[in-house]
Amino acid sequence: MNKKSILFNVDLLTLGIYIALILIGWFSIYAAVYDTDHSSIFDLDRNYGKQLIWIFTALFLAMLILILDYKFFSTFSYVFYGITLLLLVGVLFVGKLVGGNQAWFEIGSFRLQPSEFAKFATCMALAKYLSGTNIKMQQLSTKIASTSLLVIPFVLIMLQPDAGSASTFLAFVLVLYREGLSGVVLVIGFGVIIIFLLALMVKKLTLLIAFAIIAGLFIYFYKRSRQAVLIILSSLAFSVLVVFGVDYTIKNVLKPHQRDRINNLVGIDVDLKGAGYNVNQSMIAIGSGGFLGKGFLQGTQTKYDFVPEQSTDFIFCTIGEEYGFVGSLVVIGLFVTLLFRIIFIAERQRFTYSRIYAYGVFSILFFHITINLGMTIGLIPVIGIPLPFISYGGSSLWSFTILLFILLKLDANRMGLLR
Amino acid sequence: MNIFFERKFVIQAIVAFVAFVLLAKLFYIQIIDESYYLSANNNVLRKLIIYPARGVISDRNGVILVQNEPVYDLMVIPRQVKDFDTLEFCRLIGITKIDFITKFEKARKYSKYKASVFEKQLSSRTYAGFQEKLFEYQGFYVQNRSVRKYPNQSAPHILGYIGEVNDRMIAKSGNYYQQGDYIGISGIEQSYETELRGQRGIKNIMVDVFNREKGRFEDGRFDTTAVSGERLMSSLDAELQAYGERLMQNKKGSIVAIEPSTGEILAFISSPTYDPNLLVGRARSKNYRKLLLDENIPLFIRPTMAQYPPGSIFKIINVLLEQKYHIITRESTYGCGGAYFLGGLRVGCRSHPSPVNLPMSLQWSCNSYNCNYFNALIQSNQFKNSEEGFNAWRSGVNNFGVGKKLQIDLPNELKGLLPTAEQYNKIYGKGSWKGSTIISLSIGQGELGITPLQMANLAAIVANRGFYYNPHLIKAIGQKKIVKPEYTKKNYVGIDAAYFDPVIEGMEAVVQGGTAGRSKIKNIIMCGKTGTVQVTNGEDHSVFIAFAPKDNPKIAIAVVIENAQGGGGSTWAAPLTSLLVEKYLTDSITKPKAFEDRILNARFINDTVSKIK
Repeated sequence: MNKKSILFNVDLLTLGIYIALILIGWFSIYAAVYDTDHSSIFDLDRNYGKQLIWIFTALFLAMLILILDYKFFSTFSYVFYGITLLLLVGVLFVGKLVGGNQAWFEIGSFRLQPSEFAKFATCMALAKYLSGTNIKMQQLSTKIASTSLLVIPFVLIMLQPDAGSASTFLAFVLVLYREGLSGVVLVIGFGVIIIFLLALMVKKLTLLIAFAIIAGLFIYFYKRSRQAVLIILSSLAFSVLVVFGVDYTIKNVLKPHQRDRINNLVGIDVDLKGAGYNVNQSMIAIGSGGFLGKGFLQGTQTKYDFVPEQSTDFIFCTIGEEYGFVGSLVVIGLFVTLLFRIIFIAERQRFTYSRIYAYGVFSILFFHITINLGMTIGLIPVIGIPLPFISYGGSSLWSFTILLFILLKLDANRMGLLR
Repeated sequence: MNIFFERKFVIQAIVAFVAFVLLAKLFYIQIIDESYYLSANNNVLRKLIIYPARGVISDRNGVILVQNEPVYDLMVIPRQVKDFDTLEFCRLIGITKIDFITKFEKARKYSKYKASVFEKQLSSRTYAGFQEKLFEYQGFYVQNRSVRKYPNQSAPHILGYIGEVNDRMIAKSGNYYQQGDYIGISGIEQSYETELRGQRGIKNIMVDVFNREKGRFEDGRFDTTAVSGERLMSSLDAELQAYGERLMQNKKGSIVAIEPSTGEILAFISSPTYDPNLLVGRARSKNYRKLLLDENIPLFIRPTMAQYPPGSIFKIINVLLEQKYHIITRESTYGCGGAYFLGGLRVGCRSHPSPVNLPMSLQWSCNSYNCNYFNALIQSNQFKNSEEGFNAWRSGVNNFGVGKKLQIDLPNELKGLLPTAEQYNKIYGKGSWKGSTIISLSIGQGELGITPLQMANLAAIVANRGFYYNPHLIKAIGQKKIVKPEYTKKNYVGIDAAYFDPVIEGMEAVVQGGTAGRSKIKNIIMCGKTGTVQVTNGEDHSVFIAFAPKDNPKIAIAVVIENAQGGGGSTWAAPLTSLLVEKYLTDSITKPKAFEDRILNARFINDTVSKIK
């Protein structure tokens, strides 16, 4: 097989969306930090100039991945995973402290964030493990082993402490679900979040009475099945436990800034100058965009620095403000198309490794997109993770590019020899 | 395909659901909810008020009386203030830390989001030092404005002053003014506020999160330019005004000089006076208190607010009215034996040649002549009774502008006191009073009160032989030199011009060889009338009214010197008048220096310096 045919086999729709997103990102970074003194988009002193370097190096990495043998990745999955774990341990000792997180290696003027690379390495390791022979999700040992693969990097990143990056590992639940984990896990997870938020917004007593009434109604309808009654009663007990757990979690587990972010989201104690400032300014920027937006470089909120972190975590503000609802629709449309395309690609794989890896890619991207966009429009508490392909930053762009192009490489070779 | 293939649909449904929720929220905040758009404008838009230059006021020859000087108000928006080095800040603008805290609290109380004045009127020098550091003090900015400057240090009572608006003024203006704006508080500054203030402009600018200016909003599409206030030309003669102020030093009283042919006021002096610059700038309230407590009440605008019994100058009006009602002619005589007797009544007179005709009665200011014919007028059989006679007299006097406002372009003008028949009915009972009861009116005493402005106007009426223009201080407004229409209308007093001839003849004789003989001016015929006003407490007031030259008069003048020691109108007011008139007409003084020094050195005022601290 020659290089030409490899390029020919690459999924063009995915490649096209990838190119579109990194260009949108580049222009948005330019608009976000634009000022008339540095009006050249190629100015290497500015974020948009640097992003161009990241884009070129990312494309180079992409080429490299496409040239490599496709078996390389599955073969060395555990090795990558191991190296990443070492880096995550290492960064705790020799890393540079940035914004309270011990998350960066500094090499000259470049900074590297190993937690970004942990994402695809973990993805590969999980795919490798689950694609092994005689592995069944239903087995307890499988559950323990696969969960351990996720928990180790999660804990190491929590030690930095970078709760935002760590939380991305929760996304792999979707992979496990696709591979046979009971749907109950998803339902319970979702239920806990809902009850958690309700407990913050509604008085405890009201909530408990409401639960009791709902449970009573269910028991009335299903009174003939003993099993159903048992499930309902245990759900009720669990819900009550969560309600009382909320206070404990808020007071003893969460850090003050995390508590503020959650309180801010549910509308308790909104301090627009303090914890609520970012989200409020972000919503003002996006909300003021209207239907068509203010136009390229015309966004006053981002241009005049009202939105913090505007080229990294809050890059979507620039899009919302300058291109309005239409622009937001286009970007979300591109992301949704990409996600559906990845599911499509995943399901056409013949190798289990490839399919699981593809779902891993899907989960990571989906999680980042949802959390990041939800955060900028006040649907989700502030969790500092980047918007894939668009946010400024070399580590994240490299990491997402590697993640995606390994998938494209695997996909390009899906018709490879059946062995 | 493996057995969990179906699960991809669940996963796809989750993606679709999340995308829908995100888009719904975006749709809501971007399209439905307007508040984000408004908040965005609040973030970046700042409306800067461009204050126009207030109008300049000059005298009739173009000498500047009031002009503008730049100062810098330090503004604060409390919400935007971040931590900074307070000590250095206080040092730069010269306040204490306690001042800082009180001022900041005050601003916060007014509004956290709206700008208010933190420190008023920084001088150019303070500003220069402060400006370089301004960027360190987020939430603070400097607004240019100008304060009034009075290069002549003269005429404070006319020019008035400006001050900050209070809540009542803001409400009255229909919120045209805003907290911290300046408005004319008295004098011309108040009466010509609309012309002087000009039109404010608005500049919409954008600022970044650090409140740094980032350019104009939509290329200034919503901006308006400021239009400067109108330039006002005052009718004052600055030189005459200054000379008058100097002659009145250490005396209480007034001088009003009018150009009879126009009603333009040439000089308007209220003594004691003060430097108008005292009521400008940061020391203003301290100075204002000082002036307010001064027992000689320098803030009192005597020419329009002091109502004196006119004394003998009032005889001019009486003899004109007596001619009008054919009680007397020029040739009517009266023999004066040093006093006037009627029934049990006696009015004293000085010794002078007798008998006197009309001109001589003025020349010697004969009380007997005036008492006699005044009584004859009131009791005349042209009228049914004394009350009707009095009413005829009263309306005649009223025509001379006594007992009514002359509509000068200054606020708070008083109309003087002119008794009514009802008043006398109340005191004496209806029908039980007659000419002899109210005889003191004939010599300008009794229930009368007239202002120096009305006295000068009387001189102008005589000079014009029967009419006057409402006296005014502004002769031209703006580039087009507009004169207000109410100042171009002749007011006739209802007396034939011919009746003025014997009066003028008498007034000429007053100066040429009568009561004011010492005040003759070389080569100029001045016609005048002295007055000595008896007051219950202290020395008499010395009064003189005059016009000159006799033919084609250029100036009509009234001088009142309160509590002038040792002498009436002829001793102080008349010589002072002669100096002013000569100065105005010839721009020189021919009188010996001793004559001038005598006036300059006269001191009829209590030394109050020790009392005001």
